[in-house]
Amino acid sequence: MRSRRFAALLLSALGLGLALWAGPAAAQGPIKLGDINSYSGIGAPFTGPYRAGVEMAVDEINAKGGVLGRKIEVVFRDDKGQPAEAVKHAQELVESEKVALIAGGFLSNVGLAVSDWAKQNNTMFVVAEALTEAITWSKGHDHVVRLRPNTYEQGRMLADKAGKMKYVKWATIGPNYEYGKRAWETFRDRMKELKPEIQVVGEHWPTLGKIEPGPLVTAIMAQNPDALYVSLFGSDWLAFVREAQKRGLFQKMFVVGILLGEPEYIDPLKLEAPEGMLVTGYPWYDIKSPAHQDWVARYIKRGDKTPVLGSLIGYITYQAVAEAIRKAGSTDTAKLVAAFKGLKVETPIGPITFRAVDGQSTMGAWVGTTKIDPQRGVGIMVNYDYVPGEKVLPSDDEVKKMRPAS
Amino acid sequence: MSLLLVQLLSGLANAMFLFLVASGLSLIFGVTRIVNFAHGSFYMLAAYLTYSLTAALPLGSLAFYAAAVVAALLVAGLGGLVEVLLLRRVYRAPELYQLLLTFALVLIAADAVRYIWGADNKTGPPAPGLAGSVPIAGQLFPSYDLAVIAFGPLVALALWLLFHRTRWGVLIRAATQDREMVAALGVDQRRLFTGVFVLGSFLAGLGGALQVPRLALTTVMDTTVIVEAFVVVVIGGMGSVWGALLASLLIGVLNAYGVLVLPKASIVLMFVVMAVVLVVRPWGLLGRPEIQLRAAGGAVPEAAAASPRPAWLGALAMGLLALPLLLPTFWVWMAVEIFAFALFAASLHLLMGLGGMVSFGHAAYFGLGAYGAALLLKTAGWPMPLAFLAGPLVATLGATLFGYFSVRLTSIYFAMLTLAFAQIVFAIVHQWDEVTGGDNGILSVWPAAWLKSPAHYYYWALAFAGAGVILLRVVAASPFGLALRAVRDHARRAEAVGISIRTLQWTAFVVAGFFAGLAGAIFAFLKGSVFPVYAESPMSVQPLVMVLLGGVGAPSGPLIGAAVYKVLDTVITRYTEYWQVGLGGILIALILAFPRGIAGALDWRRS
Repeated sequence: MRSRRFAALLLSALGLGLALWAGPAAAQGPIKLGDINSYSGIGAPFTGPYRAGVEMAVDEINAKGGVLGRKIEVVFRDDKGQPAEAVKHAQELVESEKVALIAGGFLSNVGLAVSDWAKQNNTMFVVAEALTEAITWSKGHDHVVRLRPNTYEQGRMLADKAGKMKYVKWATIGPNYEYGKRAWETFRDRMKELKPEIQVVGEHWPTLGKIEPGPLVTAIMAQNPDALYVSLFGSDWLAFVREAQKRGLFQKMFVVGILLGEPEYIDPLKLEAPEGMLVTGYPWYDIKSPAHQDWVARYIKRGDKTPVLGSLIGYITYQAVAEAIRKAGSTDTAKLVAAFKGLKVETPIGPITFRAVDGQSTMGAWVGTTKIDPQRGVGIMVNYDYVPGEKVLPSDDEVKKMRPAS
Repeated sequence: MSLLLVQLLSGLANAMFLFLVASGLSLIFGVTRIVNFAHGSFYMLAAYLTYSLTAALPLGSLAFYAAAVVAALLVAGLGGLVEVLLLRRVYRAPELYQLLLTFALVLIAADAVRYIWGADNKTGPPAPGLAGSVPIAGQLFPSYDLAVIAFGPLVALALWLLFHRTRWGVLIRAATQDREMVAALGVDQRRLFTGVFVLGSFLAGLGGALQVPRLALTTVMDTTVIVEAFVVVVIGGMGSVWGALLASLLIGVLNAYGVLVLPKASIVLMFVVMAVVLVVRPWGLLGRPEIQLRAAGGAVPEAAAASPRPAWLGALAMGLLALPLLLPTFWVWMAVEIFAFALFAASLHLLMGLGGMVSFGHAAYFGLGAYGAALLLKTAGWPMPLAFLAGPLVATLGATLFGYFSVRLTSIYFAMLTLAFAQIVFAIVHQWDEVTGGDNGILSVWPAAWLKSPAHYYYWALAFAGAGVILLRVVAASPFGLALRAVRDHARRAEAVGISIRTLQWTAFVVAGFFAGLAGAIFAFLKGSVFPVYAESPMSVQPLVMVLLGGVGAPSGPLIGAAVYKVLDTVITRYTEYWQVGLGGILIALILAFPRGIAGALDWRRS
C-alpha cells in the first residue's frame, strides 16, 4: 500500500511539471527575461544580494509603467555552479519560457558556456558579474555583453597605483583558476611596464575552496617579499586572513588585493579585516553623489540590509536591459544586439556605456586603502578613487586583434 | 630550519582536525558498513551551531568552549536520531542503499544551513585566551593551533581507553572485525549501531566546532571535508582509529610541505598519496583484509532473467521514436540529457550490479569521453561524427590503465581508488591550460550542421545511447556477465571453477569505461562545451544515485533511476530556491517506499 501511495505522489509530481511547462501564452503580457546565476553553492553569498538588486530594479521599472508599455518579469534559475546546468536552463528559458534575453552569470565558466550557447542559438546574453576577459575578447561575439570591469581592467587599476610605490620583490597567492592566474598576469605585466626592476619571488595557487592557510602563510613569509598580490576570495580569503593576522604577515609586507574591498569579502572579517591594503572594491557608505545616496537609501528601505557590490550589479544589469529594450523598440534579438552597441545607461553611479567594439561596459571600480571603521565594526575603504573603465580598457584596435574574426 | 619546524606544526594542527572527523567516519564504517556521506554535514552543522551558541550563551569568555561542546553533543544526538529513524529502516536493503539515504541527508542539511544561517560566509570570534600567537623559532605561531595539537592526542587516548577498557569498546572492536559473529553471540546490534553513530557524529561535530575560531563558515564546508575524511580513512584502513590518526598525520604534514615543494600539486597530492598507498597496501596502512560477509544483507534478487515482453519493448521503442514530434523543444533536449545519463548509469550498473564493484570515480571516463571528443573536434579538427566516435576510445584507454590497478582491490578500497583516479583526471584537465583550456573549458563543441536541430540530435543520441544500453544488456546475459555475477557472489568459488577474477573484472571495467565515455560524448555535444567538472566527484555521485534509486538488482534500474532523478531535479529546481530539500526529501521517501529501488519494487510486484 505504502509504495503505491509514493508512486502516486511521484506521478503527480511529474504531472505537475508537465502541466506547468506549457506556461501561459504571452501575447501582450509582461516581457519575460531569464536570469541564470549560482544561487546555491559557492556563489550563494554573492548572488543573494544580486537578486535583491535585480528585484529592486524590476519593481522600480514596473512602477513607472514598464518598458514599451509592458511590465517586465524575471524568471530566475539556479545553475548550481555547473556550466552544463546553466546551458540546460538557457534552453528551457528560451524554448519554454520564451524569454527575450538571458542575463546573469557569476562564475566565469558558466558565463562562457552560456555565452557560447547564446551565440549558437541567436539569443542575447548580458553577463552581469563573471570576470574573465575571454567573455568579451578572445571568445567574444555579437550576442554577449558584460557589465563588470574584467580581471584585466582591475589588475591594471591596481598596478597603476602599486607601480608608483617602492616595492620591488613581489609574491602572489590566488585560486588555481583562470581568474586567479589572469588577475595576477595582467597586474604583473603592467607592473613590469611601470617599474621594470620588479622581481617575482613566489607564486601560490591553492585549490579553490580547499586552502590550507597556515602552511601557505608561512611559505609566503619565508620568501620574504616586499609585497603580496592576492586574488583569493570567499571563504579562502577569510581563512587566509585569519592565519595571516596571527602569524604577522601584514606587518611584514604590503598587500594588494583584487576585489577585496568589496563588502562581500571584507564585511565577514569584522574587526579582523587587515588595514592598509590596496584594494579594488565598493565603498557604498562613502560615495557622495545624490543619485547613489538615494539608491542606497531605497535599497536599505526595501530589504533592511546594507548593499554590497552584487546588489548594485544586479540593479544596473536590469537598468541596462530595460534601456536596451527601449532603444531597440522591440524584444527581437537582432534589434537587441544592435541596441547594446554603444548603449548608454544612466546608473546610480553615473552614466556608463556598453562599448560597440566588444560589449564591455565602461563601469569602473573604486581603488583605495583598507581601514577599520570602529563604529560599524568592519573594514572600509579610504582615500579611494573611482577609476572609470575607459581609463584602463584597451583601444578598439587592440580589442579587434583579440576578438575572433566574424 | 625554522621554516621546516613551523610547517611541521602547521601540518600537525591540520592533521588533528582531519583526525577528529576521519576517526568518527572510520568508526561508523567499521561497525555498520555505512558509507556515510552525511558525516561532513554533521561537521558543518556543529560549526554553525557553535557560531550561534557562542553569541547566545551568557558565559563570557567561556562561551565559545561551552558552545563547542554543546554543539558537538547536539550533533551527536542528531546522528543518533538519523540512525534510529531513517537508517534502521533500510539495513535490510542491499548494501549501499544507506549511502543513498545519507546522500539525501547531505542535500537537506545543506539547504537547512542556508535557510537558517543564510548563504553569506561567516567568521566566528577568536577563541578566548588563545587568540594570540607565540614566537617559535623566530616566527609567530597561533596559540590556538598549539592547543589543538595538544588536544588531538588526548582524544586519541580517550578513544583508546574506550576501546580497550570498556565492555562497549571491546564489542565495537569485535563488531568491526566480524559483526555477524558478535550478533551470533547475542549482542544487540541495534544498540551498538546507534551508539557508534552517536560517537562518530560527536567526533565530526567536535571537529567542526573547533574550526570556528580558525576558518570561515560556508555552506559548502560539508563537501570539502567529507572527501578529505574519506581519503584519510581509506589510507589508514577502514575501521581503524589508529590508522586514521596515522593517515591524518601523513596527509596533514605532506600538505604543509607540499606547499613549499610542489605548490602546483596541491590539487591532487592527497589523492596521489592514496592511490600509491592502496596499490601497495590494498587495505590501507593499518586495515585488515576483509572477511567475506556471509550473505551480507541477503542476496540481491536477480531480475535479469525475466526480460520484458516484446510487445512492451516495441511500444517503448515506438514511443521514443515519436517523442520529438510530441514534446516541446526543451523537453527534447531534456530527453537527450536523460539518454546520456541513462547510458552513464547503465555502464556503472555493469560494475555495481553485476560485478559488485562500486565505483566512486566513474566520472573519469565520462569526462575523458567528453574531452576526447571535444579535443579531437576543436584541436585536431576532425569532423564531428568521427570525434564523437573516437571520444569514447579515449575513455577506454583511461579505463584500461586505471582499471588495471583498481580491480586489485575490493569494496570501499576499490571505490576510493577509482575516486583517486578520477580526481587525477580532473586535476589534469583542470591544470593543463594549454591543451584543455583549464577551468574555462572547451567551447563551441556543437554537432555537425546536419545534426544541429533538436530532433536530429535526439535521434542521433537515441541511436547511440540505445545501442549502448542494448549492448550492455547483451553483455550482462552473456557467459561473461554470468561469470561476473559468480565472482560478485562468491569470489573464491568462482576462482575455483577456473575464472580469472582480475582479467574478468578488468574487462568489465574497460567495457564500462567505454560506455561512460560514449555518454560523455553525447553530453558534450548536447551542451556545446566541456569543463573539468565533468570529471569531478559530484559527477561520479550522480550515476551512483541513479543506479541505487532505480534499483541495483534490476537491469532497467539505471534507466528508470536516470529518468526519475533528472526530471525531479529539473522540475524542483524550477519552483524553489531550496531545491536540495525538495530533492533530498523525495529521495528519502522513495528509499523508504522502495528499499530495493524503483525497478526492484516493480519486479517484486510482478512476481
